[in-house]
Amino acid sequence: MLRIRGLEVAYGAVAAVRGVDLDVAAGEIVTLIGANGAGKSSILRAISGLVRPRAGTIEFEGKRIDGLRPDRVTALGVAQVPEGRAVLARMTVLENLLMGAYPRRDGEVQADLERVLARFPRLAERRNQLAGTLSGGEQQMLVMGRALMARPKLLLLDEPSMGLAPLVVAEVFRLIRQINEEGTTVLLVEQNARQALRIAHRAYVVETGRIPLSGAAADLAQDQRVAAAYLGGR
Amino acid sequence: MFLQQILNGITQGGTYALVALGYTLIFGVLEIINMAHGDLFMMGAMVGWALVTLLGWSLVPALIGGMVGAALLGVVLEFTALRPLRRKGGTNLSPLISTIGLGMVIQNLMVRATNGQPLSFRVPLSEGVIRLGPLQMTTAQLVVLGVSILLMALLQWTLSRTRLGRAVRAVSENPETAALLGVNVSGVILATVMLAAALGGAAGVLVGLSFVSVSATMGLPYGLKGLAVIILGGLGNVKGAVAGGLIIGVLEALTVAYGGAGYKDAVAFGFLFLMLLLRPQGLFGISAAAVRRS
Ligand SMILES: Nc1ncnc2c1ncn2[C@@H]1O[C@H](COP(=O)(O)OP(=O)(O)OP(=O)(O)O)[C@@H](O)[C@H]1O
Ligand SMILES: [Mg+2]
Repeated sequence: MLRIRGLEVAYGAVAAVRGVDLDVAAGEIVTLIGANGAGKSSILRAISGLVRPRAGTIEFEGKRIDGLRPDRVTALGVAQVPEGRAVLARMTVLENLLMGAYPRRDGEVQADLERVLARFPRLAERRNQLAGTLSGGEQQMLVMGRALMARPKLLLLDEPSMGLAPLVVAEVFRLIRQINEEGTTVLLVEQNARQALRIAHRAYVVETGRIPLSGAAADLAQDQRVAAAYLGGR
Repeated sequence: MFLQQILNGITQGGTYALVALGYTLIFGVLEIINMAHGDLFMMGAMVGWALVTLLGWSLVPALIGGMVGAALLGVVLEFTALRPLRRKGGTNLSPLISTIGLGMVIQNLMVRATNGQPLSFRVPLSEGVIRLGPLQMTTAQLVVLGVSILLMALLQWTLSRTRLGRAVRAVSENPETAALLGVNVSGVILATVMLAAALGGAAGVLVGLSFVSVSATMGLPYGLKGLAVIILGGLGNVKGAVAGGLIIGVLEALTVAYGGAGYKDAVAFGFLFLMLLLRPQGLFGISAAAVRRS
């Protein structure tokens, strides 16, 4: 579904991604783990069109999308939940969800809205509240619900568990697995490597803009180097 | 007498609010002040004048024509003075200069075209006076007030209820998030600039109607007044622009009635100065501290 070859991203003189190959097959959960500043977000930003790659190709369903405007990429069925939640704070919960369906022209938006509200009862209770006044956990649910409103084929999640209490983190991971089981392919960036490896099918380790290690998530969870660097020892 | 002055002030204030809404919309999405706005206002008035005087159109089509004319000039503004600088990623000060530049070009061209003379703007309207108890309004005043209210309501509805309105608000909050949600940010910015220009153009036609005259330099005082209004109301804030416009309009009318016409601008700007001391963020603005917290 997603095929990346030789991806390089630079911000001025700073090289953030230095030659990354990455594949995501339809139906998978693939996770990118790595330390702060490794270049994980930059990879996602290149896929969604927020930054133009310096080199390399990105194909989505066989079509080149590198260098495409973000709204065009979104229209193809790629939804990104960016780092730090990014709710539209001065808009209501309902308006945020409707913004998720912005590119859609079909008649089922209202039905999907009901479905998302049924899935997130806390959002339903707060549907007319300004999104900026929600708690961190509620905001995370909102941005994930908003992404679902786009009916994405591929969902890009950038550190969805960041700054959340353990119970909420567990809920977020349960939700990701559920979304995947319903047919959405997921590319998940996480600092929380242990949990990410538990729900992912495959994983890539990102280090200073490269991918030194990749494989089945279950194998990487057992790997000595991964354990030492990202699972906080054992 | 007092109520009558309030009514006159509200009518005048409605046009200030329309001008101010144009600034506020553009500030909302681009965080810049469009210094050519007064000249877009003037061009709306000129187009309205031409349609009425040269082509014999009636008021409503001429008003729409003035709005369309100003909106098209808004397109020129976006592609000459705004977008190229945005692409270069300069500071928010560069568009301040580029829009002043474009405004001057427009104004100078119009000064030449009109030989610097005001043009008489006579719209075929009944000259009647409408009485509501002790209050009275001319037909022209009633039209100005009615159209201002209608346009503000239409704008409010567009922003709060339509897909385009949600996109405009999303871009004004966070262009990157909006883009990720599938919004064509450049397209929304262009639409916003056109909308702002159209409101300015409508205000121009209405002011021409009130004063029975239009001129190439009529944009300057209204441009400044509009700026005062958004600073009073809070930058980027629709409610603030409306409230600020009405307050300044009423203040001016009362000053003219009880103090003397000569003090009109002094009182308006003096009040602005006082307000800024008491509430630096404007009536409806969010304080810098609150912005940092959010
Ligand atoms: N807009 C930018 N301008 C300049 N440098 C940037 C920019 N964004 C990222 N970088 C740099 O690129 C490198 C990779 O950043 P990136 O955000 O992709 O890392 P990350 O793996 O997502 O880190 P984290 O886990 O902390 O989110 C870092 O060195 C960062 O400083
Ligand atoms: Mg990151």
